[in-house]
Formats: sequence, structure tokens, C-alpha cells
Amino acid sequence: MIKKRRKAREFGPGAVAYACLIYLFLYLPIFVVIAFSFNSSKMNIVFEHFTVEWYFKMFDNRQLMQSFVNTIIVAGISTVLSVIIGTLCALGLYKFEFRLKNVISSSLYIPIVIPELVFAIALLAFFSSLNIPMSMVTLVIAHVTFSMPFVVITVRARLAGFDHSIEEAARDLGANGFRTFWRVTLPMISPGVISGGMLALTMSLDDVVVSFFTAGPESTTLPLKILGMVRKGVSPDVNALSTLMIVGTIAILLTSNFIQERLEKKL
Amino acid sequence: MIRSFKKHMGAWGTVGPTVIWLGIFLFLPLVYVILITFLTKNAYGGVDFSFTLENYRNLFKSEYIKVFWDSIVLSLETTVICLLVGYPFAYILANAPRRWKNFLVLLLMLPFWTNSLIRTYGWNTLLRTEGIINHFLLGVGVIKSPLEMLYTDQAVLLGMVYALLPFTVLPLYTSIEKLDKSLLEAGSDLGASRAHVFTRIVLPLTMPGIFAGSIQTFIPSLGFFFISDMMGGAKTMYIGNLIKNQFLSARNWPFGAALSIVLIIITLILMRLYTKVGSLEDMA
Repeated sequence: MIKKRRKAREFGPGAVAYACLIYLFLYLPIFVVIAFSFNSSKMNIVFEHFTVEWYFKMFDNRQLMQSFVNTIIVAGISTVLSVIIGTLCALGLYKFEFRLKNVISSSLYIPIVIPELVFAIALLAFFSSLNIPMSMVTLVIAHVTFSMPFVVITVRARLAGFDHSIEEAARDLGANGFRTFWRVTLPMISPGVISGGMLALTMSLDDVVVSFFTAGPESTTLPLKILGMVRKGVSPDVNALSTLMIVGTIAILLTSNFIQERLEKKL
Repeated sequence: MIRSFKKHMGAWGTVGPTVIWLGIFLFLPLVYVILITFLTKNAYGGVDFSFTLENYRNLFKSEYIKVFWDSIVLSLETTVICLLVGYPFAYILANAPRRWKNFLVLLLMLPFWTNSLIRTYGWNTLLRTEGIINHFLLGVGVIKSPLEMLYTDQAVLLGMVYALLPFTVLPLYTSIEKLDKSLLEAGSDLGASRAHVFTRIVLPLTMPGIFAGSIQTFIPSLGFFFISDMMGGAKTMYIGNLIKNQFLSARNWPFGAALSIVLIIITLILMRLYTKVGSLEDMA
């Protein structure tokens, strides 16, 4: 019986080949960008020979570097803001009973289900009607707005399995409200806060549609810069910078995944 | 009295910032967009405060009906291909050996943590007439003249499927994973064929995943204007590009806003259908 069950779950070479094919499809364009960042030819067609010159030359392309720096700054600031505002909100929704609570928690899903494009043009129209020029500030505001609800939902999910009596015990033993939060509540929810933050960070780094409408001429991000270049042909230093962004994003997320698992084990 | 004051302070101190933030930067802009659909555009690309239904009437012009039709067809094709390709893949992942499973899901997520435009740019490089694939095929001698692959409708479809496949696979994976395996064994022990077990047990039980996956693929696909910008020719116009043009080049904001109301309506209809099968929480 046990043998039979095992057998039913195992897959033949066909399934393995199929899965490999899908993974190849998913990784192919990424490999292309990375491979050509080490190519000495200026054209993205044939691989001449290996070079790292583009990783130095990219620093001369000031506009390109600026767009890369903008991407990082916007992602950093909007992640921090989303995490702070979102975690507070999740705590409040968990701890307190008040009128409109249901309305508030269900309206958190609006930015999630609404088409990105609609939200993007709404913000553009709104800022323009108030004569607010598009800049890094409007870009950060836009990113916080679409990522913060995800932080709330992630942290809230973590709080749902939270044992209330531990907090009470801390207070009974004489810890004040702040101390209880800092030493008891926060460590308990930290895996949720970290994964919410990582979600906000990836969403910001990945965003194209919303940034397209809410970035000013001085605050374009790297993806927007590439979008502008692609029809005319892209210089190889773009491959180098894109590679850095790909590798950087993956490294940050893998590290945080690792930290999260460690935290989870400690609790 | 003091207790209730403290409680209110606590509730507003924590939830308040979110309410204020979303109120100003989400609800006000959305209300404003709905408002300008009833207003007239002025000569300077702005909006005049005079009431009109012109923008909604314009939606029914045949040229725009064609845009809606082409967009819905593209999004449907994308969704169906993602489901057909993604279901077997999700099934394989969900039934993979335990020690492999987390790694395989991570491997699926990794590309999608990196920027979608950079990945689409990778496809653009691959498919160009003077690009890698043509170069390779010419070199091997399979073709005599380069294939026109980029800037076609098929290239747009490829870009869409590529960008959205994980959005289909993840909900499918979750629902297949939850499937009670003993039901399948019971089915086959009672003499049902594998095909029968699949159509009568597996498929109905994973319907919520199929629905969630379809919606999470269909809705974003309507707005991904940059994929058709990078991969498509000038022949076919999609709703995302049309809205973008109304706001940036044609500068007819009221009409662009009316077009986005169409997007919202499509979304609401789909969500309504979805809440009959699954819950909103599964979407996040």
C-alpha cells in the first residue's frame, strides 16, 4: 500500500522535462541580459569575447546612473514608510474594536484589486489638478500607496496566530506599554514585518506602470529609462546595470528569507 | 471615560495614518478620475468644469470598440495559455518530493522578483530580426532569411504569457497542494480511470485556484502597456496603450478617464464572479 502511494506521486522523465522547459522559458531572458553584460561587442547579437568593461563604462553614463540611483532611493524610502504605517495599522486592527473597522479592513483590498493603470492615471490627474509637479516625492507617495496594504495584510496574518496572554504576562510583570511592544510584540511579529517589507521592496523595484505616470523628467527610474531607449537600441552598459539590479534584488531577498527562517526557528 | 478616550487614541494613532494616507492618495484621486469623465477637455490639455456625457458616448465609436475587442481577446488568449501551460507545471510542483518543493517554488519566484521590464527587454533582444534567435537559426541553416518575430501580435502574446505565468501558477499550486490525496486514491481504488479521477475530482476541487489564477492573470494583462510597447508593432492598439496615449500624447484626460472606467467595470464584474467561488483573502 505504502509502496503504491509512493509510486503514484513520482514523476516520469516527461514531467521532469516539462518542468525544466518551463524553468528555461522563465530564465532565458534573464540569462540573455546577464550574458551580454559581459560581451565585448556593442551589438546584442553575437558573443565576441568576455569583458567586464561595461561595468566600468556605465559610470560615465550619468543619466543612466542617475536613474539607477533614483530606483534605489525610491524603493528604500517607500519600503520604510510602508512598513511603519502598515505595521501600525495591522496592530491597530488587531488590538482595537471600533466603528468602521470592517470598512477599513476591506478597503485595504481596493489598491490590490484595482488595475494598476487606473491607479496610476488617477494619481497623475490628482497631482496635476493640484499643480504638484511630478518628482521623487510623488513617486514615493505612489509606491507607498500600492505597497502599504500588502504590509498590513502580511503583518495581520502573522498577528492572527499571536498569543495574547504573553503580552498580558509582560504587563503583569511590570513592563510598560512601550517596553511590552518593543520586547514582546515586535519580536513576535518580526517575521511578518520582514516579509511585508520585502514584498514592498520588490513591488517598488518591479514597478513600471505606476512609475511611468508619477515620475518627473528628473526622477526616472532604471526600467523607465530602458523603456525609453529600447526602440532606438540599447547600449551595453544597460545590460551591466540591469544585471546588477537583478543580482542585487535576488541577493537581498534570499538573505531576508534566510533571516526570516532563523527568526522563525528562534521563536 | 478615560479608558474609552485612551482606546480611541490607540485606534486612531495606529489605524489613522493608513486611513488618512489612503484617503488622500487613493480615494480622492479615484473620485477625481470619475468626476473628470463628465467634464470637457480644454485646448491646453487640461479640464474645463462643464458637464458632458460626450466622453462616454465616444466609447461606443467603432474604432474604440475594436480596441476593447482586441484587448479582451489578447487577455483571454494570455489567460488560457497561462492556464494550459501552468496547470501541469503547478501539478508537478505540488507533487514534487518534499525536500525539493520549497526550492522549486523559490526557483519559480526568483525571476519575478526582478524587474518585469528588464526581463521583457531580454525577450526583445532575443527576438529581434538581427537578434540572437535569428542569428542562430541562420547559422544552423534552418532558415534562409531572418524571421520577423519582434513587433508582431504573437510577440506581444509571448511577452504577456511570460510576464503573467507565475500569477497563474501560484494560486493553482496552492489549491492543488491543498488537495486531499486520499480522495484520489479512493477514486482509483473504486475503479475510476486516471482521466476520470482528474475530471471528476481534481478539476472540480481545484476550481478556486483556476479562478483566482485566471483573474490574477486577466486583470493585470489589460494594463500592461509597456509589453505591447516593447514587443508589438504599430498595427494593433490595446486599451492600456490607448489610455496611456490619451493622458500623455493626445492629452484628452476626460476621455482617458472614461476608458479607465471601462477597465474598472471589467474588474468589478470579474471580482463579483470570483467572490461567488472563492474569498478575497486568497487574492493577496
